[in-house]
Amino acid sequence: MSKIMPLISANCGKISPASVEDYVRAGGFSGLQKALKMPPTQIINEVKKAKLRGRGGAGYPAGSKWQQLYEIKHFPKYIVCNADEGEPGTFKDKLLLEKDPLRVIEGMTIAGYVFNAHDGYIYIRGEYAALQDDFQAAIDSAVRAGYLGDKILGTDYSYHLHIMTGAGAYVCGENSAMLNSIEGKVGRPRVKPPHLAEVGLFQQPTLVNNVESFANIPTIMQIGGEKYLSYGTVDSGGTKLICLSGNVANPGVYEVPFGLTLRDLIYDEELGGGPSGQKKIKFFHLGGQSGPCGFLSQLDTPYCYQALRDKGLSVGSGAIVVMDESVCVIDYLKAVTEFFIHESCGKCTPCREGNKQIYALLDKFAQGTASKEDYALLQRLSTLLAKASFCGLGQAAATALSTCLKNLQAEFDAHIEGRCPAGVCFTKQESGEQ
Amino acid sequence: MSGELKKEQVLAIIKNKGNAKEKLLSILLAIQEASGWNYVDKEWAKLVATELEIPLTKVYDVLTFYAMFSTEPRGKYVIEICKSAPCHVAKADSAVQMFTEELGIKMGETTANNLFTLQYTSCFGACDLAPVVKIGEKVYGHLTREKVAEIIKTYREGSRCLK
Ligand SMILES: Cc1cc2nc3c(=O)[nH]c(=O)nc-3n(C[C@H](O)[C@H](O)[C@H](O)COP(=O)(O)O)c2cc1C
Ligand code: SF4
Ligand code: FES
Repeated sequence: MSKIMPLISANCGKISPASVEDYVRAGGFSGLQKALKMPPTQIINEVKKAKLRGRGGAGYPAGSKWQQLYEIKHFPKYIVCNADEGEPGTFKDKLLLEKDPLRVIEGMTIAGYVFNAHDGYIYIRGEYAALQDDFQAAIDSAVRAGYLGDKILGTDYSYHLHIMTGAGAYVCGENSAMLNSIEGKVGRPRVKPPHLAEVGLFQQPTLVNNVESFANIPTIMQIGGEKYLSYGTVDSGGTKLICLSGNVANPGVYEVPFGLTLRDLIYDEELGGGPSGQKKIKFFHLGGQSGPCGFLSQLDTPYCYQALRDKGLSVGSGAIVVMDESVCVIDYLKAVTEFFIHESCGKCTPCREGNKQIYALLDKFAQGTASKEDYALLQRLSTLLAKASFCGLGQAAATALSTCLKNLQAEFDAHIEGRCPAGVCFTKQESGEQ
Repeated sequence: MSGELKKEQVLAIIKNKGNAKEKLLSILLAIQEASGWNYVDKEWAKLVATELEIPLTKVYDVLTFYAMFSTEPRGKYVIEICKSAPCHVAKADSAVQMFTEELGIKMGETTANNLFTLQYTSCFGACDLAPVVKIGEKVYGHLTREKVAEIIKTYREGSRCLK
């Protein structure tokens, strides 16, 4: 039986993206039709039963988030779709935005109806500029067909969607930073509480969900929460779009039910297909740069929220970056840390300075001048960043480092002794001797 | 330098995007694109500040915070090479080498004829095609030496046709 389960990516590549006719023929907008006849609380209940967890990275239960916003009796409320997709190794929201935008629009419209919101915003990263025009075309055709805009499908409900653009800042994926950016400001995170459900966009109660989270809503409406849950595991409903990249034979986006093992995802012929070259796989990085690294001993862990968490791993954005034995862990972590140095917004010291210190220490390992104390210092810094940073960026910046310190200690030790097992570091000295 | 924007053009962009504070990012991006040299001039930034009724410092705050903006003129084509970790393990370094050799400039530099600027960027969601570069809205993946030479050639010829 196929391990791929196209629930929300079924239309991708099969329909013309901005064509309402195509989309409707494929069953599109039937979720919205159904939802418009349901009381909002019942819709929220279906989302809860589905055990849909946020696909943007944090994995917060969508049903609970919707419930909390529902209980706030202050209007207007806003719907915001997070299409900033900045986690390196993640390119699944792009697939949905590009190949099935009407599904995202339908999901956002159902959410709008639940909260009686009249405006929804989708924040698309600036790097996806080419996609923004196509998405606008999809919005326009949905409006023309009466599925969006004034008096949707002859009801009294009106809802308008607006595209906002990013301009190259990873931290703007953090939900409060994103709201600042939508307001035309620099995208630095806000102090929480107050939570965005209370004081969000333009100071109003706001729902923020990821593209893939919204894309799941029409399906949940169509088949019901219970059925949706049954595709996944007891705690992780449905399917997940995973993004395979790095030294893997078949890089790309795949939709899989929760519950397959990491080994399936990385090695199965239909999915990752194992390493891309002759070398064996050494480790992999889950959920983006802010996620933990995983190791061969963890390959039999089922891919779902709880089982991964029990092993110190996580689903995150759905990224799975695979590294083979040609990759030096020090060199890899330097690239990861460089990303965080570049993307840190500079608001708080642990993140702004800590990442630079980590990089300097890693560089000592790469130069062959590191000592045991430097290893201990890296451990301390990684804890410090996790505990003392202001927002999720800094808190997670050293997650990969701390998992590698623990599981690949031998490779750190080798560098202290002046050896780079992958042959990446010290190459200058070696070639000089030849 | 040719291709400078006139005041009326900047005003037209603001009008087209909507004269509202929330439109600041999209206005500045549009100005940058229309500039022909991939930057936002101080004079245009001032004009935007006046029109949107926000302080110039706020416009500069935005221009310097977001990585996609430049306040200095760049090449007509900005070649952005991804150096985030997934591309790094897929040999982004070799892509850098191919471009620097082909163009005869270092990373961060602009060619003498102002046609190309080479710079690094963070991941732009094309990791499955690594190593990748982005030129404007176009993405080129699975780079090889032949492909890089071909890409540069196309842009060189394209710009000659424009003139
Ligand atoms: C530094 C940082 C970057 C983030 N980037 C993204 C992103 O690119 N896309 C996204 O959907 N969520 C991102 N998130 C998570 C959001 O803050 C938020 O949890 C999410 O949009 C909520 O939607 P969900 O519950 O549907 O996942 C980021 C968080 C942090 C701390
Ligand atoms: S942890 Fe601090 S410096 Fe880093 S991005 Fe968040 S607020 Fe900015
Ligand atoms: S890591 Fe290079 S495009 Fe994503």
